[in-house]
Parts: sequence; C-alpha cells; structure tokens
Amino acid sequence: MKFGTEIILLSLGAFLAMLGAAFAHDDLFASHMWVLVFALAAGAIVLLRNTSFDMRPAGPVDNSVYMEGPIRYGVIATVFWAVVGLLVGVVVAAQLAFPDLNIEPWFNFGRMRPLHTSAVIFAFGGNALIATSMYVVQRTSRVRLFGGNLAWYVFWGYQLFIVMAATGYLLGITQSREYAEPEWYVDIFLTVVWVAYLIVFFGTILTRKEPHIYVANWFFLSFIVTIAMLHVVNNLAVPVSFLGTKSYSAFAGVQDALTQWWYGHNAVGFFLTAGFLGMMYYFIPKQANRPIYSYRLSIIHFWSLIFLYIWAGPHHLHFTALPDWAQTLGMVFSIMLWMPSWGGMINGLMTLSGAWDKIRTDPIIRMMVMAVAFYGMATFEGPVMSIRSVNALSHYTDWTIGHVHSGALGWNGLITFGAIYFLVPKLWGRERLYSIRMVSWHFWLATLGIVVYAASMWVAGIQQGLMWREYNEQGFLVYSFAETVAAMFPYYVARMFGGLLFLAGALLMAWNVTMTILGHQREEEPIPGSAPQLQPAE
Amino acid sequence: MSDEKNVDELSGVQTTGHEWDGIKELDNPMPRWWLLTFYATIIWAIGFTVFYPAWPMINSTTSGILGYSSRSNVRGQLDAAEAARGDYVTAIADKNVEEILADDSLRDFAIASGSAAFKVNCVQCHGSGAEGSAGYPNLNDDDWMWGGSAEQIYATIGHGIRFAGDDDTHLSEMPAYGEILEPGQIREVAAYVYSLSGGKPSDLSLVEPGAQVFADNCAACHGEKAVGNKDLGAPNLTDAIWLYGSGEAAIAQQVRHPRHGVMPAWSERLGDVKVKELAVYVHSLGGGE
Repeated sequence: MKFGTEIILLSLGAFLAMLGAAFAHDDLFASHMWVLVFALAAGAIVLLRNTSFDMRPAGPVDNSVYMEGPIRYGVIATVFWAVVGLLVGVVVAAQLAFPDLNIEPWFNFGRMRPLHTSAVIFAFGGNALIATSMYVVQRTSRVRLFGGNLAWYVFWGYQLFIVMAATGYLLGITQSREYAEPEWYVDIFLTVVWVAYLIVFFGTILTRKEPHIYVANWFFLSFIVTIAMLHVVNNLAVPVSFLGTKSYSAFAGVQDALTQWWYGHNAVGFFLTAGFLGMMYYFIPKQANRPIYSYRLSIIHFWSLIFLYIWAGPHHLHFTALPDWAQTLGMVFSIMLWMPSWGGMINGLMTLSGAWDKIRTDPIIRMMVMAVAFYGMATFEGPVMSIRSVNALSHYTDWTIGHVHSGALGWNGLITFGAIYFLVPKLWGRERLYSIRMVSWHFWLATLGIVVYAASMWVAGIQQGLMWREYNEQGFLVYSFAETVAAMFPYYVARMFGGLLFLAGALLMAWNVTMTILGHQREEEPIPGSAPQLQPAE
Repeated sequence: MSDEKNVDELSGVQTTGHEWDGIKELDNPMPRWWLLTFYATIIWAIGFTVFYPAWPMINSTTSGILGYSSRSNVRGQLDAAEAARGDYVTAIADKNVEEILADDSLRDFAIASGSAAFKVNCVQCHGSGAEGSAGYPNLNDDDWMWGGSAEQIYATIGHGIRFAGDDDTHLSEMPAYGEILEPGQIREVAAYVYSLSGGKPSDLSLVEPGAQVFADNCAACHGEKAVGNKDLGAPNLTDAIWLYGSGEAAIAQQVRHPRHGVMPAWSERLGDVKVKELAVYVHSLGGGE
C-alpha cells in the first residue's frame, strides 16, 4: 500500500498532538498543539488522497538515478520562504519607522522580528542549503542519496519545524534566545530532523564512487555537524512541564550570554558562511564552466576558517559582564578570521579567470560574482567591527543591522538566487529559464536594494553611535535616547524602501521560476553576446 | 601529475587531476599577499594578547603588559569627568538656586547638567522638549501651578507632588463635586469657567448662575477672579492653558471627578545638587519667574 506507514504515523502524531492539546499545562501549549494537529492531519489527508491500495510490492528503486524529488520540493520551498521572509522583513522595517503598524498582540514587532529572522535564515537559507547540498553531494559523489525516503522525511520534517517555530512566535511562545527562539519541544523535533539530514548527507559521502571528497562537501558537512552541536548545547533547558511551553535554560548570567553568542555567532559562521561556501564551490565553477582556482587555498582556508570561527563569538559581548580576557580572545580570533574568510572569496572570484566576459553576458554569473563581492565586504567589515574600540561606537547601533544585511542579502541571498536559476531548468528538464532578462532585472533590483539598505543603516548606525556618546564642553550628554530614536526616522524609511526593492526582485524570481517549471519560455531578445554560450540542459 | 592531460588549456596551469561532475581544480599556489596577511594577523593577534588580558591560566588569567581592564578604564574616565566638574559641583552644593542664577558661569553649568539630567529622568512624562502632554504640564510656558520662581521649582522637584514618600511634598486635593453639586450646577459652573478664558459656552444663559456656583464653591481655592493660588496648587482658570483638556465637557469632568497628578520627589534619588541644576534648567526654559 502506497504511503501506508506514513499515513499511520501522521495520524498517530495528530492524535498524540490532540492529547497534548487536551492535557496541556498552559493555554499556549494547547493552541500550539492544535496547530500541530492541523498540520499533521492535513499531511495525512493529502497522502490518503494519493494512496493506492495495491498491495503488490513497489518495483525496486533505480539506484543509478539521482534522487531529485526532495530537491525539487526544496527549491520551491526556498523560493516560497524567500518571499515570505522578505515580506515580513519589509513589514518589521515599516513598523520601526511607523510604530502604529504594530498590531497587538500577534503582529507586534517583538513577535514579527524573530519571525523575520527565522524565516530568512532557517526557512529560506535552511531550505536552500538542504536542497543544494543534496543536489551537490549526489553529483560530486556519483551516487544516489543515502537512506532512501529519509531525504523526504528531512524535507517535510524541516517544513514542520518552520511552521511550528513561526506559529509559536506569533502566539507568543519564545525562549528569548536570539536566532533560537523556539521552545524546547520544537528544538527536540528539529534535532531529530537534523540527525536524519546528517545521516542522509554523510551516508551519501561514505558510499561515494569518487575517490576524493569534493571541497563543497567539506563545507556542507562541517555546517551540518557544527549546527547540530550548536543547536543542542545552546538549547539545553529544563521544561516546566512535559505538556507546557515554558522551559528554563541550563545556563545563567554571563555564561548564558556567552553560550548564546557562541551559538549566534557560529550560526552565522557555519550556517550562513560555511554552508553557503559549499554552495559557491559547486555552482560557480559549474555556471562559469571553469576549474576551481586553487586546491591548496581551498584546503588551508577551509581548515583555518573552521578552526578560527568557533572562538570569535565573544566579540558580541564587548563591554559587558563578560571578563576582559574572553573579550580579547574573541577579538583577536575575529581578526585572524579575516584571511580565512577571504580565501573563499579569492577562490570564487579567481575561478572566473578566463571567463570574465560572462559577467557581462550571463546575469546568473553576475549574481554569483556580486554575492562573492558582498561576502568579501561583510567578512572584512566583521573583523573591523570586532575591534574593541570600533565596537564601542558600533555596538547596539543600526550599523550592526547594516552589516548583517550586506552579508545576508548580498552574500546568502544572491548566491542562493544564482543557484536556484542554475537548478530550476536542470531539475525540471527545461531547455532554459523562462526569462534570462528577468534574471538581469532581479540582479539590478536586488543590488540596488542592498546598497540602499546597507548605506542607510551605515549612516544611521554611525550617527546613532556618535549621538549616544556626544558630550558638550561641560561634560554632559547632549542627546536623550528618545532624540536619537527620532533622528533615525529618515534612515528607517530609506531602509524599508531598500527592502522593498529586494523583495520586488524576489517576486520576479518567483514568477520566473514558476513559469520555467510550467514549461514556458518568454520570447525575448537574448542578452548581447550571450546567445552562443547558452548551455543546453544536461 | 605532469602529463599533458592534467593541464588547463586556458590558463596553462596544472590541475590536481581530480574531477567531480565536470569540476576540476587548478593547482595554483596560495596568493602570496593572502598568506602574508594571514601570518601578519596571527602575529598581531599573539602580540595583542601579550599586552591585554587574554589567556586563561589555572587560577586566573594573564593580565597583559598594559594592565588594561575595561572596568578600571571606565572608572578612570568617570573619575576624570567628576574631577573636572568638582569645583562647580561644590559651589552649587554651597549656594541656593537664586545665588546660582546670579553667577553666570555657575548658571551655564547648572543648565547644561540640568538639561542632561532632564533627558534621562523627566522626558518620559514632560516630553523631550519639556512640552508636556495631557495630564503632564508644559514647562516652557509661564503658567505654574506651584510657582515659577527658581526656589519654588526647586521645592517642587525636590519634594514632588502628592508623593507618598516625602513629608514635605505638595499636597492639595480638589473635592469631587459630583457628590456635592447638582448635575445642573456642574454644567453651569463649567460654562462659566470656560467663558473665563474667552471660550464660547454652548448655552450663554448658564454663565451667570455658574458664576454664583463658582463664588460659593470654587473661589476659596481658585480665587475670586479664578486666577488660582500657587500655595495650594490651584491652577489659574483664566489663561486657556488646560492640564486635562479644554472645553466644557472636560471642565465638567474635572469638576465631577478631579484627577490628581503625582510627581515623584527627586531629591533623595538624584541628590540635592542635581535637583538644583534641574530647577535652574527648568527655570531657564522660558517661563521662569
């Protein structure tokens, strides 16, 4: 019977969730369990409608073919969550400029902000990483994904995690740990999904038919392993009740703060840097059709990046209760991290030597190059901001927000968009994208959006920092905090506009991807100089 | 490795001979500038940890050649700032607010310090421009409930208004006339009070009986001419400046169930010097008497 086990497990899960709702220790847990009941029951119903009661065993799986189902779904999920996450980002940006847009209680800034960060980092970025890593590891290992349908469990399990996290935020369920807001029961579920992901990925590498492990897979594997470790340690907590939302962290005081930033910084380091470098190491050489610039550089910068990143977290806690020695170490490790980070940029950019003309003719390459450029900029800015005296000005200001977004929108956003444009025609067997010119439009909208966003936040942050520390000749502070908030208004409006541009680009991509999947081709003039180089689908 | 197959045609560089899904790797050396910069950051990092507290040992940590500590650093900066202000602070502690006002340099210093203290402690209710809002008086105008001389402002800030924790706080309570007067009388007196500051009451015939109600019930505190009494905190009713809203309805509401604002006493929290500076600052805003 097709999907028999799945339907039974989903129904059982829905039933258990209903029991959880019935005997809940608090109202929020009951509401959250009802969300789970609805999600699991919907899954069971969808499967029931697609089931067949043919009891003959299904034919053997053809192991010579790569598994592409979860990757196709993953690409669609990536595009969907990109639009959702960016839209919520524009909303929270608008709420900061116009506080009247805070709609109590579900849509106030306090609940929408983690919704935005989790949606873009974990829903958009996470789906992009899972889908591309599964695509890359099969091809560079020349073997089908390990674990059979476990890859499907990883995909759907991860989506359920996203739904539970997002609905939890809006209901007001949070453990108030930055980038790790979901409560204990959602954390445990994610751990199970993540271990399944590790098994699928690592199993594929172990069963590979290539003698060596490709560099992209080193990065993907380090990302998966380290995120598992960070997630488990940061979320160690004791629940108040097994049927309640609230839990208490295993850490307290400054040790808790350090644990949170050890997690938070390395979420950036291993999720948003190492994972996406894995993406870069496959899609740039493929799209440019050129070899990787330097094998030796890739080894040295991989190991130095992995080793140094994990120590840099304390630079988020300069001038706090964290002891000075830990602050110093966080700072010097961040400085040493500069060149290891740039190793990836050099390898990405220099891979294009001999193919520089493609920047002009291929908007997908242009997008990837811009991504690497923003990566280089953000990984230079980061060490600069970690210097204690610079941090004294930048800390707690919007400069940090500008820094994060030049990395997130520029590096993570653009490299993912490039990978999606590469993948969609191949995964759905289309000759080419619906429209190459729309990719070019997307590139310019996104780039302009990032520039407006980052520039306005740099100016805002530096002005904010200077206003906070401005003394008059008698030695008294010149501005009250509220005055510095009021001064941010024009920058907040500009930032919202930058975000809107970036969102518009993503909507264009969603349209382009949808039309490509549906098998349409837009009739358009080819980009000058590009026509002969259009690659046929593989 | 050096056979012809493993050379990239375009660049002429040797490849490593591996290939994954069509991707090869060139055997380029690491860029020299990259490697040297990397070494330089490592050397700098080690050097930095020699000068600053860095390495955890068994019982404590290395404290660094410079003996830096962020705590003693900020303590030093605060001490230096305090020392620079020392003479002024002593002078302000020794003098009363009138004397401070008379001394130009002391007055300038007190205004600067009072302005900074105002932004931290007072703006939450009175607004960052001291413009006030409904229920919180504007401090820029010349309408003072408890007096607008520097001494009076000093007393008000120091001891607060209707603040339970201070024995010298300003106390006054307007009775709730909703339990004393007839509803008709309240309408009349509201129309009369509204007319005092040039307002046009909805029914002019109410004004005259309202004047009688006022004389019988209100004049004791607000004065026969309704110009208020600063000793009692009774506001002037003839100046069109309203704490709880203007118009007959708002006035009638206040007559029926008067609201009584509270301001904390600040002298214990901020110290006498800061309260003097705040008084001088508020006095300087435009309405000081």
